[in-house]
Amino acid sequence: MKFPEELLYTESHEWVKNEGGEVIIGLTDYAQHQLKDIVYVEIPEVGLKFRKGESIGVVESVKTVADIYSPVSGKIKEGNITLKDHPQFVNEDPYGKGWLVKMEIQDKEELEGLLSARDYQGLLPKE
Amino acid sequence: MAKIKDTGLIQDEPLIFEQGGKGRKGYSLPRWDVEVAEAQSLIPTQLLREELIGFPQLSEVDVVRHFTRLSQWNYGVDSGLYPLGSCTMKYNPKVNEEIVKMSGFSNIHPYTPEDLSQGILKLMHELQSFLAEITGMDEVSLQPAAGAHGELAGMMMVRACLEARGERRKKVLVPDTAHGTNCSTSTIASYQMVEIKSNEKGVIPSEKVAELMDDEVAAIMVTNPNTLGLFEENLGKIAEVVHRKGGFVYCDGANLNALMGILKLGDLGVDVVHINLHKTFSTPHGGGGPGAGPVAVKNELAPYLPIPVIEKDGEIYRLNDDRPYSIGKMRAFYGNFGVLVKAYAYILSMGAEGLKRVSEMAVLNANYLMKKLKGHYHLPYDRPCMHECVFTDRFQEKYHVSTLDIAKRLIDYGFHPPTIYFPLVVKGALMMEPTETESKESIDRFIETMVQIAEEAKEHPDLLRQAPQRAKVRRLDEVLAARKPKLRWTGNQ
Repeated sequence: MKFPEELLYTESHEWVKNEGGEVIIGLTDYAQHQLKDIVYVEIPEVGLKFRKGESIGVVESVKTVADIYSPVSGKIKEGNITLKDHPQFVNEDPYGKGWLVKMEIQDKEELEGLLSARDYQGLLPKE
Repeated sequence: MAKIKDTGLIQDEPLIFEQGGKGRKGYSLPRWDVEVAEAQSLIPTQLLREELIGFPQLSEVDVVRHFTRLSQWNYGVDSGLYPLGSCTMKYNPKVNEEIVKMSGFSNIHPYTPEDLSQGILKLMHELQSFLAEITGMDEVSLQPAAGAHGELAGMMMVRACLEARGERRKKVLVPDTAHGTNCSTSTIASYQMVEIKSNEKGVIPSEKVAELMDDEVAAIMVTNPNTLGLFEENLGKIAEVVHRKGGFVYCDGANLNALMGILKLGDLGVDVVHINLHKTFSTPHGGGGPGAGPVAVKNELAPYLPIPVIEKDGEIYRLNDDRPYSIGKMRAFYGNFGVLVKAYAYILSMGAEGLKRVSEMAVLNANYLMKKLKGHYHLPYDRPCMHECVFTDRFQEKYHVSTLDIAKRLIDYGFHPPTIYFPLVVKGALMMEPTETESKESIDRFIETMVQIAEEAKEHPDLLRQAPQRAKVRRLDEVLAARKPKLRWTGNQ
């Protein structure tokens, strides 16, 4: 499993890519691995505002359904609409084609509370 | 013409749309004594279909054989053990069916006046009092059509009662072991769900509830026994904590099969509970019902019960709609009446002692199963269970065999698989509920099969990975089916 160094992570298995005032959010390799074959991704409408920790969408696999939690507070700028027809992108390329949303970030200081790749990996169960 | 296949008595049956022939029919009408008119002259053209693609034309025997063949592929509790945990698939005594078919029950019109339907009302009133007695509650409404519908009725009553007090609370506490419906119910009743983590013993710690409980919390929704098949031993204390802050205790009664005649949920401080008649009280279900999810309440919530309420006035039974605080109607007419009759017949034929014995046997059978399979399968909560037990695939992981493979292999041995991957707090869960109606021989056969499958996982894991091999269809591509569902027949193209 891969956890790119340049990304930030949450305990609820989202990754965050900081691009100045905007962040890109996705699910980690570990999350997609646990969920197995993803069959449906529900992403929020552009313009909706969320607080850190709120559920912004749902990811559904054959086995289970899981909430996607917003790693930061802010407004949705763009959703990855290709996931509607190709939910498997989250499995195949979780840090690339499988990205979920772009968000305008409200408070940059919130990013400091997120985990580094090393810290995130430290939280994962050893199997 | 269809290709000839040597499927023997498996009877490879095409869709009904793929059968029949032009002009074939299953009726014969007398000669017309009116003039024949073309459809176009009677119906506006924009409402007419030009062509009915693939509409089947069949004789009576075509239709009878088609559905008989399909029914022969079916597996139900009348064919064998059906250990679907959290679902109580017990045998449904045929006497219930005989009773409900009686003309007085099956042919009565819902608009029959009260004075001509006294027998029906008496049955419903008595069923209400039986359910109140079994659950230890004060009043009951039989209207909700299913468990989740009963939950919604219950939470709407909680909301109505709080609003009458002038309180607008926002949150509902739900444990991580809950049925998914509890989360949906609290959301649909406009509450925000707050999850409580169960502890290492698989139950809700009362300290955790105390931490989360404040005057914003309307209720806690608890299933007892919970979905791990464990008794929520702290429920009494939890109810105290919740009541002290002015909240209500909702109990999901889906697992009542473990408690009848042994413990009354009302005595533990439960304020409102729904009962799945189609599970505990042995009416057939599966494939979407019909079910019945009566909701039982303590006096404080009784003014809010759905209308109409059946009341006994001297020797006369009446339907009372004049209930100003009622949450209103939950269901057309009086609920799924046929299911109510079957449950009533079941309760009367079992009697109080019989129902207690049901729960004792259900718990004994589940513990027997648990004890015998322990060691062969990983038991995440190693303590006495109630009416069902939960294993995992952890011991089989090293052979690259999963819960799904184990479940599919059971089909090769002629068993319906148990509930899998639920509850969500257990990774790779296999949740088994033998119920009280299985004999020891039947449970032993299931145990031997499960043990053999555990051995096969070590020696011949491919047997599991490729299962089922002895079923009507092999393993389906669930991922493709979920990603690209085909929801309607689109012709022979």
